Amino acid sequence: MKIIVTVKQVPDTSGKVAVNPDGTLDRASMQTIINPDDLNAIEAALTLKDEYGYKVVAFTMGPAPAEGMLRELMAMGVDETVLVSAREFGGSDTYATSQILAAAIDTYGVDDDDIIFAGRQAIDGDTAQVGPQIAEKLHLPQVTYAGEIKKDGDTLTINRMLEDGYMVIKVKTPCMITCIKELNTPRYMSVIGTEECWDMPLTVMGYDALKDHELIDATTIGLKGSPTNIYKSFTPPQKGVGMMLEGAGKETTDKLAGILAGKHII
Amino acid sequence: MILDKKHALQQKLFREFAENEFTKEIQDELDTTHEFNWDMHKKMAKYGFMGVKIPKEYGGTGSDHLTYALMVEELARVDAVLAIYANTSNSLGGGPIMLAGNEEQKKFYLPQVASGEKIMVFGLTEPGAGSDAGGTTTTAIPDGDDYIINGRKCFISGAPMADWIVIFAKTDLTKKGSKGISMFVVDMHLPGVSLGANEKKMGINGYPTCDVVFEDVRVSKDCLVGPLNKGFQYAMKTLDGGRLGVASMSTGIAQSCLDEAVKYAKERKQFGRPIADFQGVSFMIAEMAADVEAARQLTYHAAVLKDQNSPEATKACSIAKYFAAEAANRCAYKAVQIHGGYGYIQEYKVERLYRDARIMSIFEGTSQVQQIVISSSLLK
Repeated sequence: MKIIVTVKQVPDTSGKVAVNPDGTLDRASMQTIINPDDLNAIEAALTLKDEYGYKVVAFTMGPAPAEGMLRELMAMGVDETVLVSAREFGGSDTYATSQILAAAIDTYGVDDDDIIFAGRQAIDGDTAQVGPQIAEKLHLPQVTYAGEIKKDGDTLTINRMLEDGYMVIKVKTPCMITCIKELNTPRYMSVIGTEECWDMPLTVMGYDALKDHELIDATTIGLKGSPTNIYKSFTPPQKGVGMMLEGAGKETTDKLAGILAGKHII
Repeated sequence: MILDKKHALQQKLFREFAENEFTKEIQDELDTTHEFNWDMHKKMAKYGFMGVKIPKEYGGTGSDHLTYALMVEELARVDAVLAIYANTSNSLGGGPIMLAGNEEQKKFYLPQVASGEKIMVFGLTEPGAGSDAGGTTTTAIPDGDDYIINGRKCFISGAPMADWIVIFAKTDLTKKGSKGISMFVVDMHLPGVSLGANEKKMGINGYPTCDVVFEDVRVSKDCLVGPLNKGFQYAMKTLDGGRLGVASMSTGIAQSCLDEAVKYAKERKQFGRPIADFQGVSFMIAEMAADVEAARQLTYHAAVLKDQNSPEATKACSIAKYFAAEAANRCAYKAVQIHGGYGYIQEYKVERLYRDARIMSIFEGTSQVQQIVISSSLLK
């Protein structure tokens, strides 16, 4: 009985975004953080762990320094982590990434009572594709945009949040759920966690561990095998500072009309 | 000092916690109502803050002094009084039991303190015995298997919320000065224990302080902590550890003063440009930055020496406490000065920092007492 959570280390976009000549992100020169939605997925897993005693295993694909993020997750309460890391995997787009992660998760093993959580999307690519693609490749049912999760035996009841409402979906395990930030408030690390996370299990899965898996096709992984080609990446120009007018009376509307007229908009 | 991975991660935890949880509303509420915030106390306890220095076998996290210093600094950087919440159990509260308690006492008291269920405070100071702690007049007279305690302790931080107090009382009246003093842990709910009114303090509001009065308080001999008549040296050792906490807290306050000053100097415009453009202001910021960094390095260094059980640790803690407390006051002065009139208004954080900084060079040994400790270790 375990919960697998896929997580990603992303550039801290509150700073400046650096781009390589080939258009991909220059991750080395930017501060990294744990993708915010992934923390909601971790919290959802830890909440279920507290209640039902699940083992929580976090998976990430990335370069060696991603170990820091995995230690941090173990300091929060994650039991075990897997770092999928190989030169051959570098530069993968969502199609290639989900292929590799699905192979890694399948190699680790998915049991009937397991759940897989992912964050809705990562703040660097904003695609929201990896979670659903992993589910497809593992032939698992998926529910995206989970805003509430309830467990009853082998069935999860999910409020799937939409722009103007929500759907209530029942799904049987094993399944993939992608989580949104409204789902919960992620916990902090605990002090004891920061002491003990260094001795907790972290497995590295390299190319050799996965290359013979049926999902892995050497021609569709890494930068070269990725069907997505990045044309250009850039930091969008800052928008000007907006102006707030407060008050519901005629005085405010007159003022607004005055400003708009002054700019020759009306 | 460059932090290793573990301490860097812990610094991140404490910083994130303080920045997210110690909201301006909570800070203002503490400063205006002066009331203890139990919710915050419990939240900090849940993450293990109350037991960083308490060994794992007694319910703590068994972390080292550097972790403790980082915690107190990062919490104080956002709010000094909330740093005291997490400090007490690790320092003056739990410290004497960790230092001198027997196995039974450690097993009974420490887990409850580490979990935050119970609060333990430290009672050394008396109206007539401040820096001269040897002037203790509280007495504990043997009576069968018990001791009868009489006396008055003052400026006891946390007393109104406390379940237990560690006090120092004369057990051998024939001995003068610091001799013949013993340490006891006393249940605050025992008959004969009463509280004075809460003091109206200049700063660190939100962690109430008052007198504790003992009138014929009967405690069993199990409440004696450490050897009879040797309590004074444990008081001094406890304060030794406490000084590291105050040094860390002072570093946090000094850093906060610097943060506020930098932010304001860039925002505030006079004579058509930001005041940061004026050297009179920028030089003050440079002085503050040097003070903050020096205070931090001295504090971390003292923490590492304590972790190594170095014979130099006592002096290093006093040097760190002395320097960092004075630095916090210098930085608070400059931060208010850079803010000008706005720095004198409560709406700006530096007003409170100025008041909170002031106690740093007084409690747990004044700057002058630290100078005595430092110089006497050199001149012996």
